[in-house]
Amino acid sequence: MSTVTFKVFRGDRNGGELKDYAVEVQEGMVVLDAIHQIQAEQAPDLACRWNCKAGKCGSCGAEVNGKPTLMCMTRLDTIDTSKPVTVRPMKTFPVIRDLATDVKWNYEANKKIKPFTPAPGTDWIMFQEDVDRVQEFRKCIECFLCQNVCHVLREHDEKTGFIGPRLLVRTASLEMHPLDIENRLDMLKNEGGIGYCNITKCCTEVCPEHIHITDNAIIPLKERVVDEYYDPVLGFFRRLFGSKKRAEPSGQAADD
Amino acid sequence: MESYTTYDYDVLVIGAGGAGLRAAIAAIEKGARVGVVTKSLLGKAHTVMAEGGMAAAMGNVRSEDNWKVHFRDTLKGGGMLNNWKMVENYTKEAPDRVRELERWGAVFDRTPDGKINQRNFGGHSYPRLAHVGDRTGLELIRTLQDHAVKMGINAHMETTIYRLLTEGGAVVGALGFNRQTGEFLVFRAKAVVLATGGLGRIYQITSNSWECTGDGFSLASMVGADLIDMEFIQFHPTGMVWPPSVMGILVTEGVRGEGGVLKNSEGKRFMFDNVPERYKGEFAETEEEAERWLQGDRNARRPPELLTRDVVARAIRKEVNEGRGSPHGGAYLDIASRRPADYIKKKLPSMYHQFMKLGNLDITKEPMEVGPTCHYVMGGIRVDPDTQATNVPGLYAAGEVAGGLHGANRLGGNSLSDLVVFGRRAGMAAAEYAAKQTGSYQVDEAQVRAYIAEALQPFNNPQGENPFALMKELRATMQKNAGIMREENELKTQLEILANLKKRAWNTSVSGGRAYNPGWHTALDMRLMVEISEAVVLAALARKESRGGHARLDYPDPDPTFAKLNHIIRRSSDGTLHVVAEPLPEMPEDRRKIAEAKDLKELSDKVGA
Repeated sequence: MSTVTFKVFRGDRNGGELKDYAVEVQEGMVVLDAIHQIQAEQAPDLACRWNCKAGKCGSCGAEVNGKPTLMCMTRLDTIDTSKPVTVRPMKTFPVIRDLATDVKWNYEANKKIKPFTPAPGTDWIMFQEDVDRVQEFRKCIECFLCQNVCHVLREHDEKTGFIGPRLLVRTASLEMHPLDIENRLDMLKNEGGIGYCNITKCCTEVCPEHIHITDNAIIPLKERVVDEYYDPVLGFFRRLFGSKKRAEPSGQAADD
Repeated sequence: MESYTTYDYDVLVIGAGGAGLRAAIAAIEKGARVGVVTKSLLGKAHTVMAEGGMAAAMGNVRSEDNWKVHFRDTLKGGGMLNNWKMVENYTKEAPDRVRELERWGAVFDRTPDGKINQRNFGGHSYPRLAHVGDRTGLELIRTLQDHAVKMGINAHMETTIYRLLTEGGAVVGALGFNRQTGEFLVFRAKAVVLATGGLGRIYQITSNSWECTGDGFSLASMVGADLIDMEFIQFHPTGMVWPPSVMGILVTEGVRGEGGVLKNSEGKRFMFDNVPERYKGEFAETEEEAERWLQGDRNARRPPELLTRDVVARAIRKEVNEGRGSPHGGAYLDIASRRPADYIKKKLPSMYHQFMKLGNLDITKEPMEVGPTCHYVMGGIRVDPDTQATNVPGLYAAGEVAGGLHGANRLGGNSLSDLVVFGRRAGMAAAEYAAKQTGSYQVDEAQVRAYIAEALQPFNNPQGENPFALMKELRATMQKNAGIMREENELKTQLEILANLKKRAWNTSVSGGRAYNPGWHTALDMRLMVEISEAVVLAALARKESRGGHARLDYPDPDPTFAKLNHIIRRSSDGTLHVVAEPLPEMPEDRRKIAEAKDLKELSDKVGA
């Protein structure tokens, strides 16, 4: 057992400061355990979010020693505890209190994405190799760490014309669903702002689910947008033969 | 005077897990104006943590499977204390609810011929669990969340309900507060659906998230709703036991479903010695037969690791008590020597990740150390099996907070499909009830004022106790005195402890402001948690036998008298709780034949399963 100093951000929308707390640590402890111990023994009004404590819900994202991470999955023996450990809220979102940030923008931006739209009359037969790709995207636990590190959102605060990596992943999960027939390329190009992404891969680096956000979701979507709107050869053929690349809904009732 | 904001809805759904979201969707489909309240952010409810799968007799992997087999498995697993009509409704509808999720965008794992794949789980006769690796709960909640957003859901996120509001004996809304700001909110509603999940946080070692503080049971009981069979708490056999900070975190039954075996410190597979009388003849009797089953031999019987959760949890406890446990007081669960590393990573990715990150252990190379953890409550608010209506007008309940479906022990995988089957039924019935309420929205202003004053009291009580310390005491004593093994003396001691804690729960002190203040939230949670703990202990004292999730050291066997009784927990007008034993609802002869078929052969020969 040893004592570790935690410097935890205390404050709200109007500002705040790091406060020191000494925590007795034991084997296997994660950062979230330390925060809970501070709550129970020293600062009962210290605000932080958590639900599952097993990396499944994505509630406890914060910046530990400057690194965006899930507090429940960050073991103290993987960081240098001979020096004070700083814990700050995610920077990209406004602070509500202490470590809890206001992430409701993500829920609003999500509404720009057209929902799952299956082809009418589908037989619902899908093979594992066809769903492997979207299953990767559906592992997302909405911790918003990718949104937090994305330069477009973090440095430039571009929250009106860009939906961020999480929502690009969600769009990819719909666009690449074998039975979906909706077209979201116009949204991606315009209000989704996929052009803002300059592929620095910061989102991929912090993803606790190890989703290949940039390579498997964003780049293929960018390619689709480019093909649709900027490829002169394809554009010529489209003008010649029409631009439909997917079946239109036939108007029949979906099967059951 | 304290101000508050008022919202009017036809149906107010409290809880945004699987049952709450499915109820909201059903009520919106019926044309109701629906509000959903959730203590967390949308999509973070405890459902998200469910791993293994959702049970539904779709017959995609074994065509012999159908609702009758699922009906028999569920009643048998539940020690025949289940409400048979709920089980019938459930087993018949579950496949439709799974297919519906697929039509709303869920992407389940596939069979080689492109259908929804199904995996083995404890107590199920056939592979029956539709799943997505070991993150089925995430898939379920995300699908429902997306569909609810599409339907235009009104979600009040990070909002806690403090009390239900009543008028003339009927529920007409709820009082709560926004956790982010501390502002009070009054929800006026024509009908309320409770979908608040379970109560695992009353125990020290639990797989449950912070939210599972038993709110719904207490809120319902306080307005006069009956609770049923609260003694039946499920201790999941496989929680993590090491390191200490992860104690209780779940290790999915999918590990055993995929072939994982349990061994003691002597390297012995001990489950072969733990097959109860009622399951004799239905499980493999040798390691060789179990091995053939794993290889896909349809004539081989399932390994005994796939017995029901109550049986496996007690067997692990027995090994530990008799000195054959693992170094940290559990047993070994080994999948590494049974399946190739790639297969394990594919079928159990989040388990691989969880052990690697939190326990520094590679489950493709080494066995896991596991032990029982509080996971689920089979009992709950007593509801009508068709409509989910409680005995209080205007109040409905669905999901873990409702009782009756699972009897004395829930089969793994029967929860996720319970949520969608009965969430839908509750939402439909609540919307229909609301449509019939023609009067204007009424709540009693004095009632609201009194509750607000009560809720703010810890801020004006500088000499009170630390709510976190009280919570710790509650959880430790419940674990010790009303945990996996119970006896009369300890249960009586716990009742005294609870009487004391109940007083102290109303004498806590909190500091800081009202915005996002965990100390305050804990102080208010405690008031509900002591109420529901008392219901559990009273029911456990009354059931003088061992059955399902309820094990009494002083009455180690099932008792035929109790086999016919449900326990109803009711509140008197002075606020005290008491237990009434009631005979089970009568099962019709044709259903009894299905439930009591000796084995699957008899089931198919006699009742045409």
